Amino acid sequence: MSHSPHQSPAALEFTSVAVEEVSRAFGRRRALSRVSFRAVQGEILGVLGPNGAGKSTLIGILATLLRPTSGRVRYGDATESTGATLRARIGVLGHDLFLYPELTARENLEFFAGLHAVGDPAAAANDALRRAGLDARADDPVSSFSRGMRQRVALERALIHRPRLVLLDEPFTGLDDASAAALVARLRELRASGAIVIVATHDLELAEPLLNHALFLRDGRPAASIPAPDRLRAVYQDVMTRPLDETRP
Amino acid sequence: MTGPLPAPAPGSGFARSVWLVLRKDLTVEVRSGEIAYTTLFFAASCVLIFAFALVKEGRAPEGGAAGILWIAILFATTLALGRGFERERQSETLRALLLAPVPRPAIYVGKLLGIVALLVATEVVLLPLVAFLFTARLFAHPLWLAGIVLTCTVGLASVGTLFAAMLVRARSRDMLLPVLLYPVVVPVIIAGVQGTAALLQPTVDTAVVRFWLLLLVTFDVVFVVLALWTFEAVMSD
Repeated sequence: MSHSPHQSPAALEFTSVAVEEVSRAFGRRRALSRVSFRAVQGEILGVLGPNGAGKSTLIGILATLLRPTSGRVRYGDATESTGATLRARIGVLGHDLFLYPELTARENLEFFAGLHAVGDPAAAANDALRRAGLDARADDPVSSFSRGMRQRVALERALIHRPRLVLLDEPFTGLDDASAAALVARLRELRASGAIVIVATHDLELAEPLLNHALFLRDGRPAASIPAPDRLRAVYQDVMTRPLDETRP
Repeated sequence: MTGPLPAPAPGSGFARSVWLVLRKDLTVEVRSGEIAYTTLFFAASCVLIFAFALVKEGRAPEGGAAGILWIAILFATTLALGRGFERERQSETLRALLLAPVPRPAIYVGKLLGIVALLVATEVVLLPLVAFLFTARLFAHPLWLAGIVLTCTVGLASVGTLFAAMLVRARSRDMLLPVLLYPVVVPVIIAGVQGTAALLQPTVDTAVVRFWLLLLVTFDVVFVVLALWTFEAVMSD
């Protein structure tokens, strides 16, 4: 097997992520119950559901931050136990933005690029700032940014190491129309570049034109799984109002 | 954007990660000054209050300076640990650190060195203050004093950093940290007080100082190794 001259020989490559019968309980509360799906390279999978449906728990498990109580997640042939090599290929944008408000946008990006062993953190940070459209504010502390600007920095922070699997938890929260449109364009770009993109959201209007596949969660249970979803709001309302035992796909 | 991975930066992954975390913590602290000012103000107030209460006609009770020095440092440590990890919790940046492909013990060492640096900065002000207010000959044997202070600080911070990281998601972390920390660091405090008190005697018995220093070094080695060994498991899920 040959490697690109820029590629670390230790890099883990995978083209799909398979979630197999994953359940997760917190004490007596079951946050996820027997969730299964497969996400593949060059697709955007949407995880949809109301608050408390288990979307963030699922993202946490996919990010290796949480362990499933039962079931497993396979990243190609690898599992969560692969550790740092696997984490090097995952990028996460959480509901919280994972940025240090006291540091500037450039310092945040350089710090995370350094942690991900990016060859030239300064160049990677410059590139990320340009993509975020924040070159002019690069040396301002993140605490002085608007929510939309922070979100753009946080997205570039999550992508600075060119992850194979991109996990986004409610990425549209607090964004104005222009910022949301820029994020949609960035997600399309990621899909075209061959990333596996999983987006947990309840913003159906923005999600609909993006998704190649939609997984509906309700009370931690998979309520429906629909390829190339159309009329997402109508499907969502139908899935969420049906009695739970009728919602299995 | 997934494309080929950029070439990893040269240098040891562990040492480099420690340096990145330490440099980040120090940069954040230099910008905000939050922990340094709080711990320094608190520790100095503590020493001043004890000095007003205990020093009569320029004479301090025997051994008082050593006890009060370490009480102030212990409380300052608790304060610094709590704030240090609260900062990582507020923006959920601890999760980002855990998501990075670095050895997790490196995160522990980086945080530990950051706390030690802050405490040493506090002690640089506190030691002359105690020496002055309690007319204590603290600097008569500077090398022994530096040894006792540094090993004691590392002992307090090594256990405290592990516990503060463990408790970062606990609701009553502010109450639980001292409850867990103080019983474990009792040997460190005893060794710190006894070692410092021995240095304040008119004739210093170096064998006594050496004994307490050795105890502190042993404690540091045991607890740093234990923390490095358990940090990955403690921070996982």
